[in-house]
Amino acid sequence: MRLGFFLKESTRAMRRNAAPSFAALATVLVTMLVLGVFIPIVQATNGAANSVRSRVMVDVYMKTGATAADDARVRNALLGVNHVKSVQFVSKQQAYAQQSKADPQAYALLSANPLPDTFHVIPDNPSNVLAVHNSLTPSGTPLDPAIQAVSNKKSDTKKILEVTNLVTITAAVLTVLLTFASVLLIANTIRLSLYARRREVEVMKLVGATDWFIRWPFVIEGTIVGALGALVAIGVLGITKVALLDPLANNWTLIAAPQTIAFPALVAVLLGAGVLVSALGSGLSLRRFLRV
Amino acid sequence: MRYSSGDVGLDQATFSVDREEFVFLVGSTGSGKSTVMRLLIKELEPTEGRIAVAGHDLDDVTRKRVPYYRRNIGVVFQDFKLLPNRTVYDNVAYALQVTGGTRREIRAKVPDILRLTGLSTKLHNYPDQLSGGEQQRVSIARAFVNHPPLLLADEPTGNLDPETSIDIMRLLYRINRTGTTVLVATHDAAMVNKMRRRVLELSRGRIVRDEATGLYARDESTREFAQRMRSPNAPPPGLQA
Repeated sequence: MRLGFFLKESTRAMRRNAAPSFAALATVLVTMLVLGVFIPIVQATNGAANSVRSRVMVDVYMKTGATAADDARVRNALLGVNHVKSVQFVSKQQAYAQQSKADPQAYALLSANPLPDTFHVIPDNPSNVLAVHNSLTPSGTPLDPAIQAVSNKKSDTKKILEVTNLVTITAAVLTVLLTFASVLLIANTIRLSLYARRREVEVMKLVGATDWFIRWPFVIEGTIVGALGALVAIGVLGITKVALLDPLANNWTLIAAPQTIAFPALVAVLLGAGVLVSALGSGLSLRRFLRV
Repeated sequence: MRYSSGDVGLDQATFSVDREEFVFLVGSTGSGKSTVMRLLIKELEPTEGRIAVAGHDLDDVTRKRVPYYRRNIGVVFQDFKLLPNRTVYDNVAYALQVTGGTRREIRAKVPDILRLTGLSTKLHNYPDQLSGGEQQRVSIARAFVNHPPLLLADEPTGNLDPETSIDIMRLLYRINRTGTTVLVATHDAAMVNKMRRRVLELSRGRIVRDEATGLYARDESTREFAQRMRSPNAPPPGLQA
């Protein structure tokens, strides 16, 4: 009986105050649309940054005369170094095959294989690449006498790390700002529509209504408005995805990047955020007008 | 009672009202009539002094209990304070819904009280479709539907013409005769003189006059009451005494 009464109260309020309710709904809709577009973009950017960073590694070149025993010993030594996640071995034959495929004309001129055996050393975390590099060349000379050289791409690595860090941080800051703006925007719209009805609240208090008796219809109204706004936003996003993005995804890898959020998850996030912010916004904004 | 702005609303105003009494509170604007009303519904807290209603000290009513306390008091205002997006019926029903009244109770009580206030034909109208007098009747119906022991009316006729005012007063008198204590704040001196009921006069927050009761016959019928109110040559109570 009570729930039914509150539901009826909130739908009546929406019907009788159609304009403010619609404004709140439109605000939620637009905000959710922006969020819905922004979340996958941030994630794709982060994904791209991460895939760049995952290619950060240290190359260890063996001397040309290194034997299989040397290779095995160095491999173990490399694996023992701090922050090393894995080690990839590329034999001189494999390297030759790869390179000659990339540039057959140049390699046809060579009589012998000039390439050394190589280890790709992958750090556990891209930002540890410099530490790994340093442990591989303590005091400037390589770890093992069989090692010819350790790749020295310090400046490149540093740049990559800096740029990707900047991208990640920027995306994070933008996300926080946008979320903050969304909450403020929705809360403000709700407050405006409540302000228009503050007299109503005052009268309810004078007749002896308890705070929660007044508040429930407003919270339910907020929930309905938030859910409707989010649902419409999701519908628009879904249509856009099916009509525009899916055909493109085959040709454009960034969109198809596996790191972006799955669509059902995005739907859940938007719906949850829309409902929560609107319901809480209604309930909390009302506090001011309840002090009679 | 002092407002946070520093203005004094009431100053050592001590009075008591008996059960089933009909009392006028008069005085010019700013004399403290509304302050008395707002204190009685605990919209304001006294800075000093004590207020007791039906033997209960208002200090003991916690913020949480205020809504329950207010259900025992009917309030009528000059500006009616109706809910604009509800019909007459729903406005009155709301007062019952607030107290957890069942649907059956509402269906039984609301038409009754609307008949008493003469609004049976306006059930489904919205407040903005009614005249001022009708709106005030709705407001009185809402205040009285719970049959509260105390009814407060703050300038109930302030926005109405004299003829309508008499109707409203007659309605309040009828409610008083059912055993409800009625306290009416007004600055309509002519009305007060004709009514011949107890009068408390406030001036700058102090009680300056407390005209004794007993000047009127207790069981005057509402019809006689209305007749007397409409007759232009009713002697002012001062002369009669």
